[in-house]
Amino acid sequence: MNRIRTIWRKSLNVVMLTLTGVAAFAVVGVLFFILGYLVYYGGKSLNWNFFTKLPVPVGETGGGMANAIVGSLKLLLLAALMGLPVGLIAGIYLAEFGGKTFSFVIRYTTDLLNGVPSIVMGIFAYSIVVEPVKHFSTLAGGFALGVMTIPITVRATEEFLRAIPGSLREGAMALGASKWRTIASVVLPAASGGIITGMLLALARVAGETAPLLFTAFSNQFWSPGWSQPIASLPVMIYTYAIAPYDDWHRQAWAAGLVLLGLVLLANLGCRLVMNRRGVRGV
Amino acid sequence: MERHWEHDLEELKRRILWMGSLVERAVHQAVHAVLDAEEPLAEAVLSEEDAINEMQIEIDERVQRLLALQAPMAVDLRFLLAVSRINGDLERIGDQAVNIAHSAMRVLRHPQVKPYVDLPRMSELAEGMVRDSLNALVRGDQDLAQSVLQRDDQVDRLRDQLFRELLTYMMENSSVVFSAFELVMVAKNLERIGDHATNIAEDVIYFVAGRDVRHPALDRR
Amino acid sequence: MTTEHSHAVSTKDAPVRFQISHLNFFYGAKQAVFDVNLSIPAKKVTALIGPSGCGKSTFLRTLNRMNETIRHSRVVGDIQLDGQDILSMDVVALRRRVGMVFQRPNPFPKSIYDNVAYGLRINGYKGRLDDLVEHSLRRAALWEEVKDYLHKSAFALSGGQQQRLCIARALAVDPEVLLLDEPCSALDPVTTAKIEELMFQLKDSCTMAIVTHNMQQAARASDFTAFMLDGRLIEHSETSKLFTTPHDPRTEAYITGRFG
Repeated sequence: MNRIRTIWRKSLNVVMLTLTGVAAFAVVGVLFFILGYLVYYGGKSLNWNFFTKLPVPVGETGGGMANAIVGSLKLLLLAALMGLPVGLIAGIYLAEFGGKTFSFVIRYTTDLLNGVPSIVMGIFAYSIVVEPVKHFSTLAGGFALGVMTIPITVRATEEFLRAIPGSLREGAMALGASKWRTIASVVLPAASGGIITGMLLALARVAGETAPLLFTAFSNQFWSPGWSQPIASLPVMIYTYAIAPYDDWHRQAWAAGLVLLGLVLLANLGCRLVMNRRGVRGV
Repeated sequence: MERHWEHDLEELKRRILWMGSLVERAVHQAVHAVLDAEEPLAEAVLSEEDAINEMQIEIDERVQRLLALQAPMAVDLRFLLAVSRINGDLERIGDQAVNIAHSAMRVLRHPQVKPYVDLPRMSELAEGMVRDSLNALVRGDQDLAQSVLQRDDQVDRLRDQLFRELLTYMMENSSVVFSAFELVMVAKNLERIGDHATNIAEDVIYFVAGRDVRHPALDRR
Repeated sequence: MTTEHSHAVSTKDAPVRFQISHLNFFYGAKQAVFDVNLSIPAKKVTALIGPSGCGKSTFLRTLNRMNETIRHSRVVGDIQLDGQDILSMDVVALRRRVGMVFQRPNPFPKSIYDNVAYGLRINGYKGRLDDLVEHSLRRAALWEEVKDYLHKSAFALSGGQQQRLCIARALAVDPEVLLLDEPCSALDPVTTAKIEELMFQLKDSCTMAIVTHNMQQAARASDFTAFMLDGRLIEHSETSKLFTTPHDPRTEAYITGRFG
């Protein structure tokens, strides 16, 4: 009887090990598959032109996506300026000041906001910023993306602030620091590693959002000076070029995808660097 | 690392040694009051009695305080226990000196019984034992303390000798009974002083080496 | 019902830093401190002893109003610092005069220098910080060990060093009183001895009140000791008297370890 149990136990172990191993490989495999495709197809079109030239009309070659790259960066900048401070301060409120019910409400709505489909976000931004002036603009795009960074920033800020032990706050207060002084001069610097990471990740996530931009920043063949013109961005360009019937455009779409992924990779590396240097101290 | 209460231990040592010096002087004066028939010496001893007793109380209070507050270990603990016992022995030696002084005052009124030979020898021995036991404490000198222990037998023998001599005298000459009797008491007091000095020496060995050398006849496993 | 007698110490000769009268403290509806009357003499170390949960830490924290951070807490009674009521005083001004060192060392994630300078900076001190930082580190007996590493992170120090750093940090603003809440409980015996020696040296310039669950520490390091039980002050007298001939049988039971 015992022998059967032992055999059963051992076979179960082997089966589960195999299953989990296969699943793990599948995950890694998918990622490498995507990367492989991007590098293979996109790498070919990555040249100096791509980074410096504007798109050229159909049929011509030698065009690039300089305006889309700059456009994405401009949009990210706006998103950061509009969304990150709001997220940071809301996170500080939740971690340091919130009462029970109010905090619960805010946290819940933040999570809901996170779950709102990005296209709905686009429509929302459309009705607020675009409709009144009947005009697509960089501002609108930045607004839409900015709002999307808020939930992640709030969560990261709150989590990392909470991770700072109360003894640190007590130490500052015992020296005569007011609550805000304590937060600004001791708690925030201590949690800065994690908070900055959260912000970088939020930005990396919205960098690739396409749907909201379709309704707000739209797109642009040319440079977009100022902030009130429609602007080109990498995700939208990928969308436009990929479904077009031109090979040259397909190649450029791959390249754009590669650049976008490169951006995400950079953001992740940045996070690691920040965490290594500043870490989550006080724990 | 020096601890602040180490000063208290040093101070305690100084106090017990000071008491020792008072007691030494009392013994010396009391004995010479008898040997040299000096009444002022006897009176000096009697007037110092209170000072010695006050010191005993003061030293006990210091020991109690240090034990309670510092919970000392090892050599510090042994030191405090030794000082506590030595304190008692010194006070008893002081009492013996007072007794000798009283005897001196009584003997003075009568002519000297006989030339003093053994009495001076015995008193030198006893005084020496007191002095050396205290020096052993100062220097932490086990060997010196040991030498004190060895002299106790000599003191006992001298006392027995004096008893026999004085008894013989008293039997031969009834008029000297009163003085001779006092001298017997003095001899007994000196012998007791020797015993107390021996105790002090034993306490010093306990403090320095951690060995309890009392009652060697007891079979300690 | 018998009234709990707090045997007042005759400190008529010694000047008093803190005078506490009829102090009651509540966590919401639950009372933690009952009618405590106590005086803390200047330039001496006063120890607060008692079993866990007797209210000694709670009591200590009312002296620099750290309890105010707890919701629904309430202080009733009179606490005077050099004759001034601390409950109506500006809390920042109070905490500059009454510093605190906590059970676990809690240095800021900054450099050693910045830790000590923190109190000075937030209080708007504009003079030569370097000198004051050095002075505080010397008072905390830490200068020699860290003088070449002032810009290293405070976390590079050992536990005992970190605690001395916290003491230096508290001393930097030159408080009149230093409150210590079980400062050595997370430290080894050698470091504890160093800190006790430190307290002995600091006495002359800084009144101290220390909460400790270690009776021997109270016996070794303090001049006056107060024994608390279930939120009440049972006995308060000179340390040497309390540990040799306590008045109250409960004090004796606690000190001799026959408690509970």
